[in-house]
Amino acid sequence: MSTTHSRTAGKAMLSPAVILLFLWMIVPLAMTLYFSFLHYNLLTPGTSFAGIANYQYFLTDPAFFEALGNTLAIVGGVLIITVVGGTLLALLLDQPMFGQGIVRLLFIAPFFVMPTVTALVWKNMFMNPTNGLFAWLANTLGATPIDFLGHHPLASIIMIVSWQWLPFATLILLTAMQSLDSEQIEAAEMDGASAVSRFFHIIVPHLARAGTVVILIQTIFLLSIFAEILVTTNGGPGYASTNIPYLVYMQSLLQFDVGGGSAGGIVAVVLANIVAIFLMRMVGKNLDL
Amino acid sequence: MRMQKNVIALTVAAMAASVSLAASAETLTIATVNNGDMVRMQKLSGEFTKANPDIDLEWVTLEENALRQKVTTDIATKGGQFDIMTIGTYEVPIWAKQGWLLELDGLPDDYDTDDILPGIRGGLSMDDKLFAAPFYGESSMVMYRKDLMEKAGMEMPEDPTWEFIGKAARAMTDKDAGTYGVCLRGKAGWGENMAFLTATANSFGARWFDMDWKAQFDTQQWADTLNFYVDLMNDAGPPGASSNGFNENLTLFQNGQCGMWIDATVAASFVTNPDDSKVADQVGFALAPDNGLGKRGNWLWAWSLAIPAGTEKAESAKKFVAWATSKQYLELVASNEGWANVPPGTRKSLYENPEYQKVPFAAMTLKSIEAADPTNPTVDEVPYVGVQFVAIPEFQGIATSVGQQFAAALAGQVSVEDALKSAQALTTRAMSKAGYPK
Repeated sequence: MSTTHSRTAGKAMLSPAVILLFLWMIVPLAMTLYFSFLHYNLLTPGTSFAGIANYQYFLTDPAFFEALGNTLAIVGGVLIITVVGGTLLALLLDQPMFGQGIVRLLFIAPFFVMPTVTALVWKNMFMNPTNGLFAWLANTLGATPIDFLGHHPLASIIMIVSWQWLPFATLILLTAMQSLDSEQIEAAEMDGASAVSRFFHIIVPHLARAGTVVILIQTIFLLSIFAEILVTTNGGPGYASTNIPYLVYMQSLLQFDVGGGSAGGIVAVVLANIVAIFLMRMVGKNLDL
Repeated sequence: MRMQKNVIALTVAAMAASVSLAASAETLTIATVNNGDMVRMQKLSGEFTKANPDIDLEWVTLEENALRQKVTTDIATKGGQFDIMTIGTYEVPIWAKQGWLLELDGLPDDYDTDDILPGIRGGLSMDDKLFAAPFYGESSMVMYRKDLMEKAGMEMPEDPTWEFIGKAARAMTDKDAGTYGVCLRGKAGWGENMAFLTATANSFGARWFDMDWKAQFDTQQWADTLNFYVDLMNDAGPPGASSNGFNENLTLFQNGQCGMWIDATVAASFVTNPDDSKVADQVGFALAPDNGLGKRGNWLWAWSLAIPAGTEKAESAKKFVAWATSKQYLELVASNEGWANVPPGTRKSLYENPEYQKVPFAAMTLKSIEAADPTNPTVDEVPYVGVQFVAIPEFQGIATSVGQQFAAALAGQVSVEDALKSAQALTTRAMSKAGYPK
């Protein structure tokens, strides 16, 4: 039972933290917004009002739509792989077996490797068409090694990022699976449900909420994938693996164009929000928000 | 936790304060690249502080791209973090023009500015005033495998043509054995594939801009350059070449997988070092190729030390710059590490030194550097300075995007024709955004 008085007191107590967090967000955002309307390049002295020129240049850049498509492809591709793969792996790890603790630890390991390191290892030790592991495999089988980063840059990036995020999805889904009441499964078994229908009718619905959490959290991170691209393909060849964050990086740090980069940043924020709203609509009904 | 951090911070601050009170020394903050030569300078800098006890040195050592972003941001925003910056021949003319750099006059008498190689000195000067002192200079040249050349029944001339390189590369290639006739840069970036391709384009008579700053990618010369390069790499290059930069090609060459490699002269000491290279005793050198048009396809670059204009420590900073780029420093390195490890490519006197002439790649390095002319880089007249770059602020961004298009052409994602069309369009767009012709 809270009285009006104590609620007001509670709000007053909370306000410093809330105000601080709000400022934390709004000050950089406001500055970015302000810069995005200026002609502001670090290498040319002085700034002047640009109107919407920065936005015009960013949105009419031939690279923009390609980058937008790539951003969505990375998010979509990695989500499908990690959610489906994560569910299957969780099912596997849920079985009682010898050395369970060690096996689980090994499965989670990729998540703790730094993105840049992951990308370097994949680029040089796995995907390199002359010295990589995949090339060696292809050669032993008598096939021609695939030049992954040259010919399938986006698929390669999706593969690398999926490898990184698979443990995260597996972990959350496994935890959810372990909270499933075993009596339900046993009851279904007694009623003669096959393993497949048990999976689809009991386990999958039970995982829905955890799956939602996985999708939401991963989307936030996957929209801003950057290190993996910088290390492996540099957004190329052409713009084949450039996503929106990488495009903003090119504008602001390779061209020192603060105005153009800020406009790109604002566009990226707007896009991220649109994606988030759609996601919330689609999967949010599983969460009590 | 937060409390603890504050306590630690305060303690550190107090300690720093007491130290600075104890010694009234001036501290110079030096930003530099993590290349072997600069790391060596850091190691040897004890000699400088011994001679100048009133100066302390603080080092910020970063990878090339990170350093470039940091120092550019710092100098453009007048951050004043650094008293001495390591910058390349690309930045010096731009920054000097902006008035961001201190003129290096009043250097000690024994410094001998006239001893600096003219090509390098020209690249670091504006109106005959020196704005940065060269620490080491480099060009590019052909490094090739004598044994494979012999096996192919050919002989490398000292000044090969592109036609010869094309023939030799195809003759040396044995894809089943994992030997590729030629390894060239394909990784996109203004300092990666575009450095090589711009220098190569010079020897084909191509240029970035005409005298009215109009992009030139729609010319026959560029089409010839790019077609030659893509065909050669498809026939005789390693797979996945569109992701190979300097380091990747170095690894391939040291592993014995390349017949020829056209790249930086500083690589010579790495490929001839038996500790790292399987083919150390089989490497020969030749000048970068040409097409008989009077220009060779080699570049010119120098990492140099410069002082930001706003500094309050001009005297001490000049002292250090003079020390690190002096003749005495070269002798110091030689006595500690041997002549092969001396920073190359800056001074005439080094190449006149009989001790240094014994180094196998010394003569070829000097010839390559002397063959490059930053003010007249290509066959036709140009409005810009720079051999493998165009010294305007917009170049980094433009050339990296163009490099992406050329990497895509190399990977076979787009045709050469389309890559050039895109390059022309994006360069024109960026130049009009930047307000050229100025």
